[in-house]
Amino acid sequence: MIDAQQAALVGLILLPLASGAAAFLLGPGRGAGLCIASQAAALFFALQLADSVLAGDIARHRIGGWGAPLGIDLTADGLAAAMLLLTQAVALPLALYARAYFRPDSAEVRYFWPLFGLLLAGLNALFVSTDLFNLYVTLELVGLAAVGLVGIGGGALQIAAALRYLFATLLGSGAYLLGVALIYGAYGSVAVASLTPLVAAEAPTLVGLAAGLMLLGLLLKTALFPCHYWLPPAHGGAAAPVSALLSALVVKASFYLILRLWLGPLAPLTASHPLLPWLPALLGAGAILWGSWQAIRAPRLKTMIAYSTVAQLGYLFLIFPLLGTPGGRAAGILHAVAHGLAKAAMFTAAGVLIKATGQDRIAALAGAAQQLPLTLFAFGLAGVTLMGLPPSAGFLAKWQLLDAALGQGYWGIVLITLSGGLLAAVYVFRVLRQAFLLTSSKTTVAPVPRTLEWTAFGLAGASLLLGLRGVELVELLAVWGWE
Amino acid sequence: MSTGLLFALVGAALFPLGAAGLLLQRHLLRRILAFNLMGSGAFLVLVGLAQRQDVPDPVPQAMVLTGIVVAVAATALALALTRRLHALTGRLELPEAAHD
Amino acid sequence: MKRFGIGGAALLLALALGYAMLELGPARLDLRPAVAAHLADSGVRHPVTAVLLNYRGYDTLLEVAVLLLALFAILAVTPPGPARRPAPADPLLQMLARLAVPLMLVASFYLLWAGAFRPGGAFQAGAVLAAALVLLHLTGQLPGWPTPGALLRGGLAAGLLVFLGVAAALLIEGSLLQYPPAWAGRLILLIEFCLTGSLGLILAGLFLFLCQAEGERR
Repeated sequence: MIDAQQAALVGLILLPLASGAAAFLLGPGRGAGLCIASQAAALFFALQLADSVLAGDIARHRIGGWGAPLGIDLTADGLAAAMLLLTQAVALPLALYARAYFRPDSAEVRYFWPLFGLLLAGLNALFVSTDLFNLYVTLELVGLAAVGLVGIGGGALQIAAALRYLFATLLGSGAYLLGVALIYGAYGSVAVASLTPLVAAEAPTLVGLAAGLMLLGLLLKTALFPCHYWLPPAHGGAAAPVSALLSALVVKASFYLILRLWLGPLAPLTASHPLLPWLPALLGAGAILWGSWQAIRAPRLKTMIAYSTVAQLGYLFLIFPLLGTPGGRAAGILHAVAHGLAKAAMFTAAGVLIKATGQDRIAALAGAAQQLPLTLFAFGLAGVTLMGLPPSAGFLAKWQLLDAALGQGYWGIVLITLSGGLLAAVYVFRVLRQAFLLTSSKTTVAPVPRTLEWTAFGLAGASLLLGLRGVELVELLAVWGWE
Repeated sequence: MSTGLLFALVGAALFPLGAAGLLLQRHLLRRILAFNLMGSGAFLVLVGLAQRQDVPDPVPQAMVLTGIVVAVAATALALALTRRLHALTGRLELPEAAHD
Repeated sequence: MKRFGIGGAALLLALALGYAMLELGPARLDLRPAVAAHLADSGVRHPVTAVLLNYRGYDTLLEVAVLLLALFAILAVTPPGPARRPAPADPLLQMLARLAVPLMLVASFYLLWAGAFRPGGAFQAGAVLAAALVLLHLTGQLPGWPTPGALLRGGLAAGLLVFLGVAAALLIEGSLLQYPPAWAGRLILLIEFCLTGSLGLILAGLFLFLCQAEGERR
């Protein structure tokens, strides 16, 4: 038999996989309760796993008992445990939200729960896999589930957004797969444990090409500027619970893999030239400025939030020159976690506003604050995290980033970080100002289920309060398990 | 030159060809075909490069079988979306990206 | 401009890959001895099947999930509608199809059984099964599928669920998919048998579920 830690590790993959398939068995539109129960159990598993990893006990599981490189190994260290925890903590409220959001007889909800289950299974499997080819399969699982979720609306705009997203994600994973093929050809293994010493010992030209292809493919999947063209229509056009899942979790999965490869098996290559980390940082800076500018100009609420995601993803790459310092590494993951919670809160709040007012133009939001105060409060709290004001987790992330950048004397990063926060304030306040306008003509607002408002508020509150538990999160991240 | 290496070289030529097609073509069917060309290139490299001494290696062969099934799944989804787009708009091209 | 940029980059990539492949030395690791050494315990005699269902069986489990996922996504984007039956084909073609289908079933069983010791296995067998269903449809003898009912849903998901169940049950042995050598052959055959049926239905479904959307334009 296996111990509790391994059961949690394996359960995090098997549970959503089984619940997705079972939801399909139950029939179109059914299975919400099942998926919510399975997500609650998954959250418990993730907490248990994080707890044991925090105690210094890295979870390892050898599938089939073979062990790498013949078999596939799963590993959950601090970084993986943190991402697993974020994923379950965002997915459970979103599952509750989705159940209240979709009308039971709507076309959108018919296959939502099976897709939801398989998306979560793919994400969890990705975070713990230590086999480059197995990671490719999990990437495809996540990518195809996300495309399907974008398309569930079935409208022409959503289908076009889904197709654009599909081609981008296939190009990205194709490049990754070619990289894996080259690595297998060069070393005869795709297991991280056996590759790490081999790459450190000798890296022929082909491996450099493989590293470039894998990282570029993943950058495209993470929608780093200027490869972000597919993100705004997909995230802005999907149903609100789907947008929240995609912005909070799916883009983080490929970022996680970039970070893992950069610091793990590809480290000898990425450290070979001191200017190399500045390339992602430069693109990240471009993302912050361009994404924020587009968010400020966007006429529609969800497009605005989608461009804000483009901008916020930039911070994740701004840290690359600082990865040598523990603070820089923690800043990146803290930001991923804070943004995940805040962006889920923002999209869910936007979903409430759109459902209540029947449209999503920012200009037409006047008076919404009087009708939906809780939702606007949630939107504002999420905005506080995006701007990086204390005591939010976003503040903690920016603080770590600034601290690390000042320690190295990188003034450019400091400048970009600070101006990014100001730009975020501009686009957040643009929505709030409009919503708080007093209108003489009473805006008609459709009744909205209370669950929707409270889940948005809960997510926003979590993004704020996480700042208070940030020390534990930083400690967790220090447990590193990819040798 | 061994057969395996020849396969790998052909794959190395096919992959960029398919990737460029995926980016440059506008007709959706052509883009789906380009994706399949790109995938076949990667599969040829995976199997060919590992067998460049012409000794069969079952591990990449099994991986390619997995990869093919994934490619089939992705192609089917792309075709279904394309048909749906055609049914809704009568077009077989993606509309120009709108910026709002 | 964009054309030349992307074309040039593609050409450069192809040349760089070709050059780097030609100068590559032998690989440091070789998994072939390990694959062969454990073949006796793997439950099958064909090395590719051993990798596919035993050593890297977890990949295959996720890959079945990917295929089922594609079907979910296709069903999700296709609005429900009445099933369509194409116009009946020439009687001669119909009769040939009816003759071919039993032969294809036999071929499918052979491929499933042969997978244990020579090229073959559940995916190939499932593909033949799916081809038989599509052949019947194209000759007008099988209508396109409407939104799947409970029975069909069970058939589509059975392969993944049985695979998942076996993988989870083997946790008793110490880890996911850890087959006890004495049972490995039978368990793999059970998984492959269920996979063949489900994969046949899924692959056919990728085609037949789309046949309902035809005709309703705008």
